[in-house]
Amino acid sequence: MTLPYIANTAADRQAMLAAIGVASVEELFADIPAEFCIGELSLPPALSEPELVRELSALAGRNRPADGMPCFLGGGAYRHFIPSVVGEVIGRSEFATAYTPYQAEISQGTLQTIFEFQSMVCELTAMDVANAGMYDGASALAEACLMAAAISGRRRIALLSTLHPHHQAVVRTYAFGRGLAVDVMPPDGLALSEEHACLAVPQPNFFGYFLPDVEAVERAVHAAGALFIVSADPISLGLFQPPGEYGADVVVGEGQSLGSPLNFGGPYLGLFACRQQYLRQMPGRIVGRTSDAQGRTGYVLTIQTREQHIRRERATSNICTSQQLVALAATVYLAAMGKQGLRQVAELCYHKAHYAAQRIAQLPGYALAFDDLFFKEFVVRCPRPPSEVNRALLERGIGGGLDVSQYVEDGLLLCVTEMNTRQEIDRLVEALAEIGGGA
Amino acid sequence: MSGGPRQPDIGARLTFDLGKPGRTACSLPPCDVPEADLPPPSLLRRELNLPELSQVDLVRYFLALSRRNYSVDSGFYPLGSCTMKYNPKVHEKLACLPGFSGLHPLQPLATVQGALALMHDLQRWLADITGLDGVSLAPAAGAQGELTGMLMVKAYLADRGEAGRTRVLVPDSAHGTNPATAAMAGFQVVTVASDSQGNADTQALASALDDGVAALMLTLPNTLGLFDPNIGRIAEMVHRKGALLYGDGANLNALLGRARFGDMGFDVVHLNMHKTFGTPHGGGGPGSGPVVAKGHLTPYLPTPVVAKEGEGFVLATPERSIGRVGAFYGHFGVLVRAYAYLRTLGAEGLRQVSDNAVINANYVLARLRPAYHLPYDRRCMHEVVFSGSRQRAKGVRTLDIAKRLIDYGFHPPTVYFPLIVDEALMIEPTETESKEALDAFCDALLTIDREAEEEPQVVKEAPHTAPIGRLDEATAARRPVLRWRREVGDGS
Amino acid sequence: MSSPADRRYTKEHEWVRADGDIGTVGITDYAQDQLGDIVYVDLPSPGTQLKQFDKLGEIESVKAVSDLYSPVSGEVMEVNQEIMDRPELVNQTPYDEGWLVRVRLANPAELDNLLTAKQYDELIAQAQEP
Repeated sequence: MTLPYIANTAADRQAMLAAIGVASVEELFADIPAEFCIGELSLPPALSEPELVRELSALAGRNRPADGMPCFLGGGAYRHFIPSVVGEVIGRSEFATAYTPYQAEISQGTLQTIFEFQSMVCELTAMDVANAGMYDGASALAEACLMAAAISGRRRIALLSTLHPHHQAVVRTYAFGRGLAVDVMPPDGLALSEEHACLAVPQPNFFGYFLPDVEAVERAVHAAGALFIVSADPISLGLFQPPGEYGADVVVGEGQSLGSPLNFGGPYLGLFACRQQYLRQMPGRIVGRTSDAQGRTGYVLTIQTREQHIRRERATSNICTSQQLVALAATVYLAAMGKQGLRQVAELCYHKAHYAAQRIAQLPGYALAFDDLFFKEFVVRCPRPPSEVNRALLERGIGGGLDVSQYVEDGLLLCVTEMNTRQEIDRLVEALAEIGGGA
Repeated sequence: MSGGPRQPDIGARLTFDLGKPGRTACSLPPCDVPEADLPPPSLLRRELNLPELSQVDLVRYFLALSRRNYSVDSGFYPLGSCTMKYNPKVHEKLACLPGFSGLHPLQPLATVQGALALMHDLQRWLADITGLDGVSLAPAAGAQGELTGMLMVKAYLADRGEAGRTRVLVPDSAHGTNPATAAMAGFQVVTVASDSQGNADTQALASALDDGVAALMLTLPNTLGLFDPNIGRIAEMVHRKGALLYGDGANLNALLGRARFGDMGFDVVHLNMHKTFGTPHGGGGPGSGPVVAKGHLTPYLPTPVVAKEGEGFVLATPERSIGRVGAFYGHFGVLVRAYAYLRTLGAEGLRQVSDNAVINANYVLARLRPAYHLPYDRRCMHEVVFSGSRQRAKGVRTLDIAKRLIDYGFHPPTVYFPLIVDEALMIEPTETESKEALDAFCDALLTIDREAEEEPQVVKEAPHTAPIGRLDEATAARRPVLRWRREVGDGS
Repeated sequence: MSSPADRRYTKEHEWVRADGDIGTVGITDYAQDQLGDIVYVDLPSPGTQLKQFDKLGEIESVKAVSDLYSPVSGEVMEVNQEIMDRPELVNQTPYDEGWLVRVRLANPAELDNLLTAKQYDELIAQAQEP
């Protein structure tokens, strides 16, 4: 069998074995005790490229992608417009098939884009420093909580109850490792003490709403001597006040909205930025600007002594990778959207979501669950169980919202972005009216 | 040529400085709904400093940067322990199929059965390849897979009333993530020495193993590229003391279709899709780090795992799961590529991968052994670790050799790792490289060895041909400049 | 090159020079040379109580971190702010401007537990033998 991804011919192998000084390849595996050598694996037989394309296309065809219909599903993964230039750039082999830029002289492309990324995340969040990216918004939040514990020497993490439940779960997993306690508290019942390393707050929250008085929360957190961590939707930051301006010490966020498709949940991108004073406790990769002997500007990995390959068991985190290609997509996205474009996207989301909310609220049987300020998501109480509503919507070719009835009675979390046209929203409203009418 | 008018290098400035007010690279639809009232200005952003570029400048800028990168598609990339194999192009096309890339993670399960079927198959195949029982595809990268595995160990021991096992043994040859992970999982790290052959020192191991040890974290083949022939005995020693054997699967490329972690006594292992299963490294991610475990640990796998239920597939939470490690189900986009890789190779192909990876590494070993010191003088598996100690005696350091390789058009190997080898040069050719590519690389390293003797200055000042010279890393770390800021005096 | 005789040394390559009950602490020339370009020093704040041979702080080069050990017991009186902005001073003048902390000596007799310049130089000579 000749494989397309293996270059050596049988004759090459013979010549190489001879140069090595062995008679057969088996001799090279002589260190593996015979008792552990196995026979054939039970994988299915190999496919040629056309067969592979057919098989995977068939598998893909068994799905019904949200992206292929009017869809109002959010809940931590969002459908936003991705300019074609994003795919063009991240599809370049020079970016996609390189690795961690250890050799700066031949990695300036990756390094300079990371510097751009860090700069854009700082601008967006109004923070001093940002790392090169983390696995996703949830793990970035967990890392921020661990960092707060390391900085403060305190052993309890406080989370606002309105954080995405999956993000809360990831914080619990990471906290279990370090042996930290996790306290979940409602916005109107903050119970912070001097044992708390931080309070983590979503802006907007899992249901789409902003805190009515974020300054009061900030004061309470800092009065307890804890760090104020904000988990922000980066698209919302095109329009809304950045967390750095209301006292955040660390800002994290899910960066998928910035130029990445839904991808069934991954790969996504964790955004992580903090104040300058916490730079040396920050997890993840960092790129800095410097120069060569001739004074030419260049970029290098820096402040590496925080990281696992140097500090080993005392590292700030075990993370090695930086979701580089996804961070590059975000960089190209933000450069393409630019100053005006990102604001425009955010405003489109805001107006369309409010249009949808207002129309749905007028339908008999439906009501908005909360009065607070929201961005692109909101919760409606439905006259029928939200799961039934979603099913009925899907029958009409509409991707519904997220059933959040376990948190809000009869609650359906709807998301409206710039990708939803007025026509789609009107269709949704009509469908909801029909569905509700039968209740 | 010099001195005349010339198109400026667009990559010389950052996007922030390239643009002009009023330019944009995107076009967005007008608002087609009645505008709602915006909240009061105090809640809104006053200013947003993002670039203002035309689309053509944006494309030229990033293309200019791409040309400053070396990649697997540019040439031989023997970065040890990273398995920089060729990344098949068809995978990119497949991962972008709208039926995959357009799936929302919270869609009704009935609408994602194709995706779940793919994940379920991949789980089965990874279990088969490793000889273990249960798989979670959730971890986002190798390091997160490690953390996941060690948290499973912790939860398992706690359930057995053995929370007193607070120490984790890590060989001195281990990758930095192993001790960092153990610490992140709340364990104390005890370093175990390697013996003169590069294997785990079984005597040191025996004396370190006691009732306080939770696990031994072992990379196999180890970071020296050597298969530890005592593995069976080591597993037995660990288990006899009531501890678990954790496997770092970073070097699985050497064992594909030859030997399986489960048969050798490993309890839990993480894999690296971007190393072993041909998914692109992306300049540093996204990776994917599935965790594979023996039956006694499978109830602790992170959630979710894909399970078969009737004719369909569901997302299930194992009984004693350690919980979530990411917001959703792992890096699905990477998993599609790994699936495609396994479908293309099949069982026979996987064995050819390990055969050729090991032949290639041993061929490099044989060709370079006369010139470079081989600290563990035995046959290697998929990678070979030399020491630059002979060249250092001539005043040329391993870093210089690495930089000189750039002049010859190659990506340097991993250097100064593993830490137990002085002036280490860690070369992993992978199976996808040809004999000709290896010969050219070995010729370059042999030439550099001669240069170290005859004209060391040329080596010490390398690279001479790269777009930029050696950068001042000390100043970068002393006075960090980590982001763009508007130049003072720039009135715009 | 011989080490200055006006101070005492640890085997871990720190020095202390006593002036009345105040001890100035730094690292040796050999240590700075071994570390390479020093980029950051993490030191305790004034008021911290140190114990002889316990961890004093950390010193970082581009790709390594090393622990620093206190050659004496006592309270930290002053931290060299100059090296916070210019850590290269530790490379350039380890015995002078590159000092790290000043300590009020809790027990001057502890100095006898340390190496003399001559003993330290012998230690270095041994370490450098191939």
